[in-house]
Amino acid sequence: MDLTYTPEEEEFRARLRAWLAGVLPALPPKPSPHDWPARRAYDLGWQRMLYDAGYAGLHWPVDAGGRGATPTQHLIYLEETEKAGAPYVGANFVGLLHAGPTIASEGSAEQRARWLPPVLRGEEVWCQGFSEPGAGSDLAALRTRAWRDGDDYVVSGSKIWTSHAEVADWCELLVRTDPDAPKHRGITWLAMPMDAPGITVRPLRTLAGSTEFAEVFLDEVRVPAANRVGAENDGWRVTMVTLSYERGTAFVGEVVACRRVLSEVAREARKNGRWDDAVLRRRLGRLNAEFRALWRLTQWNVSEAQSTGGVPGVGGSVFKLRYSHARQELFDAAAEVLGPESLDLGREWSLDRLSSLSYTIAAGTSQIQRNIVAERILGLPRGR
Amino acid sequence: MDFRLTDDQRALRQGVRALLEGRFGREELRAAVDRAEGRPPGGGRVLDRGLWRELGAAGFFALRLPESEGGVGLGLPEAVLAFEEAGRVLLPGPLVATHLAAGVVPGAAGGEVVVTSADGWLAEGGRAEECLTEGGAAGGGAAARGLACGGLVEWLDEADVVRGDATGAVRLASVDPLTPLHRLPAGADGRSAGGALRAARTPDRLVASLLTAAEQLGSASRTCESAVQHARTREQFGRPVGAFQAVQHLCADMLARVETARAAVYAASVTADPADIAAARVLADEAAVRGARDCLQVHGGMGFTWESDVHLHLKRAWVRTHRAGGVTQSEEELADDLVARTV
Ligand SMILES: Cc1cc2nc3c(=O)[nH]c(=O)nc-3n(C[C@H](O)[C@H](O)[C@H](O)COP(=O)(O)OP(=O)(O)OC[C@H]3O[C@@H](n4cnc5c(N)ncnc54)[C@H](O)[C@@H]3O)c2cc1C
Repeated sequence: MDLTYTPEEEEFRARLRAWLAGVLPALPPKPSPHDWPARRAYDLGWQRMLYDAGYAGLHWPVDAGGRGATPTQHLIYLEETEKAGAPYVGANFVGLLHAGPTIASEGSAEQRARWLPPVLRGEEVWCQGFSEPGAGSDLAALRTRAWRDGDDYVVSGSKIWTSHAEVADWCELLVRTDPDAPKHRGITWLAMPMDAPGITVRPLRTLAGSTEFAEVFLDEVRVPAANRVGAENDGWRVTMVTLSYERGTAFVGEVVACRRVLSEVAREARKNGRWDDAVLRRRLGRLNAEFRALWRLTQWNVSEAQSTGGVPGVGGSVFKLRYSHARQELFDAAAEVLGPESLDLGREWSLDRLSSLSYTIAAGTSQIQRNIVAERILGLPRGR
Repeated sequence: MDFRLTDDQRALRQGVRALLEGRFGREELRAAVDRAEGRPPGGGRVLDRGLWRELGAAGFFALRLPESEGGVGLGLPEAVLAFEEAGRVLLPGPLVATHLAAGVVPGAAGGEVVVTSADGWLAEGGRAEECLTEGGAAGGGAAARGLACGGLVEWLDEADVVRGDATGAVRLASVDPLTPLHRLPAGADGRSAGGALRAARTPDRLVASLLTAAEQLGSASRTCESAVQHARTREQFGRPVGAFQAVQHLCADMLARVETARAAVYAASVTADPADIAAARVLADEAAVRGARDCLQVHGGMGFTWESDVHLHLKRAWVRTHRAGGVTQSEEELADDLVARTV
C-alpha cells in the first residue's frame, strides 16, 4: 500500500503543472453550455494545445499515437488538469475516452492510422450510436440493420440519445448484420462518417435546456466495409471493450472536480449562515467522506489496472454506481445551501444539479450496474 | 504509487486469517456467546485468556511497537489488516485498547494482560448542546441524557488494567452479548456535566478510530459474503433467491459499500491524516451496519434467529459505532476540514 508518487511521477506532475499555469490564463472564456458548435471549436482548440505540448492521448499506447503513459501518470494528469481548472474533455469525450481506446485495441493498423491521429490532434469529433428507441438497457436488442452491398454496408434504422451528434464527424455505430442469429451474435461495430448521405440528426432538448444529445435517422447510409472494427457479427465483444472504458475510466477526473465544488459549497454555507444548521453541516461532512473514498477507490482501481496492462475491469461498475449517486447528492446539498436561489438557473450549480440527473442513467443505469456487480463480480445466478 | 497490498502485507493478512480461523472459528464464537449468556450477573469469565496470549505471541498487540522494544515494528497499514481479520470473525475483547496499551502497560504487548480504556476516546462524540437538545426532546431531562453521553467502557469487569478513570461506572445490559458495557458518569475525565465534549484528536483516539473502522470493514465484508453465499443456495420459486433482482441489488450495494470503505480505510492507514481517518470511519461504520441489516434481510426468517450469526455482526457493529469519536463527530470533523483547506 503505497500512496506516494515516484520521483519520475512527481517530476511529470511538476512539468504538467508548470505548463498549465503558463497556458490557462490566456485561454478565452468557455462558451455557453447551449452553443454546441462553439463548444466543439473550444474543445478542439484545447485538444490541439494538449497535442502540441505532448499531452494528447497520454494513456494511449505509443503505437496508437499516444504516449504510453502509465495509469498512474494518467491519474496525475486528470488530477492536475482538474485542479488547475483546465477545460473538460467535452466534445472529445467519446473519441478520447472510449472510441479511440477501442480502435487502439481492436482496430487494424490502417484503422488506427486513419482515425486515431485526428482525435489526438483535435481535428475530429466522435459520437456514440449505440442506444435505440427500443434498445437502451437491453442494448443487444438493437435493430438498426446493415446489409452488405459490394464494398459497403448499407445501414437503415435509428439511434437515440446520441450525445454531440450535431457536431460529430464520426460515429461508433452498432448495427445488426445477422437478424437470424441470437441477439448478441449478429451485431457489428462500424465507424460511420457523419456527413454520409442518408443521415438526419434531430437534436433533442434535455431537461437542462440544452441540445446535448440527438436522434439520428439512418436511411440507406453507405458505410465502407473497411470501416468495420472487429469481425462481422463479432460486434458485441468489441462493444464490451468500449463499455469497459466508458465505465472504467471516463469519470475519474470528475471526482476531483466534485471535491472542489464541495469545498466551495461549504464556504458558501459559511458565508450565508447555513453552516449553523448542524444537519446540513454533517451532510456536507459525509459527502467529504464519500468523495475522499471515491478518490481512494480510483487510486485503488488504477493500481489494479496497472497490473493488468491498463484495461479497466468490471470494478468500474462499483465506482460508477457510487459516484453517480454521490454527484447527485452533492448538487442537492448545494441547492440546500443556496436555498431559494437554487431555483435561479443563472446561479452556479443550478445547471450542474440538472445535468447530474443523467449520471444514474447514461453509460448504463444504476440498476444495470447492480446487475453487473451481482452477476459478474459476486457470481450470483443469472435471472430476473 | 501502487496502492495494492505488498506481498508481505498479503502474507500477514493470510497468517492472521489462518490463526483466527483455526483458533476462533464459528464453534468458538458460539461457545463464547453461550458462556456470556450463562454467566452469573457481574462475574464469570468470557474472554479466552489462552487465545489472548496466543494473539500476543503472534504479535497482534505489539504489531506497531518498535523491535527495539520487543515489538514487531510494523505500521498502521499492517495493524489495519490484522484488525480487519479480527472484525471478520467477531473476535471479542478490548482489542483496540490492549493494542494501544502495548509498550505502556506491562504485559499488554504479550497478551498476558487484558487492558481496557476509559480514557475518553471511548466516549461517543457529539457536541454538548446536542446532548442537551436530544435530552429535552426525549423528555428525559438534560442531566439524564448527559449521563448517557458520558461515554462507555468495554469489558470493565474482565480487564486486568483500566486506563483512565472508571469510577462510578454503571453496568448496562449490553445489546452485544460479546461486549459487556459500562456507562461512565458525566463529568469524569473532563467531560462536561451537560454531555461529552468532542473527544480530542489525540494520536490514540485517531488510531482507535481507524482500527475500529478496520474491524467494521472486516465485519462488512464477512456479512456481504454470507449474504451472497445464502442467496446462491437458498431456493424459492424453484430457483436460488440470488436470481431475483431485488436480492441481487441488495448484494451489489453491499459490495459497493465494502469496496468504497476498504479504499478509504486502507488509504487512511497509509496517510494517518485525521480527515482521512474520519472518512474511513464514516464509510466503514455505514458498510458494517447497513451490510449486517441487508444480510439479515437476505437471510429472511433465518436471519432473525439467534442461531444465525448475522445479529452478532449487527450488534457488534452498533457497539463499535460509539467508540472513539462516532459518526456525528466524524461528520463534524469532515465538515470542518472542508472549510479548513483547499483540495
Ligand atoms: C445524458 C445522456 C447521454 C447519453 N448519451 C448517449 C450516447 O452518446 N450514445 C448512446 O448510445 N446512448 C447514450 N445515452 C443513452 C443511455 O445509454 C441510455 O439512456 C441508458 O442505457 C438507458 O436506456 P433507456 O434510456 O432506454 O432506459 P430503459 O432501458 O428503458 O430503462 C428504463 C428503466 O428501467 C430500468 N431497467 C431496464 N432494464 C432493466 C433491468 N434489466 N433490470 C433492472 N432495471 C432495468 C432502468 O434502470 C430504468 O430505470 C445517453 C443517455 C443520457 C441520459
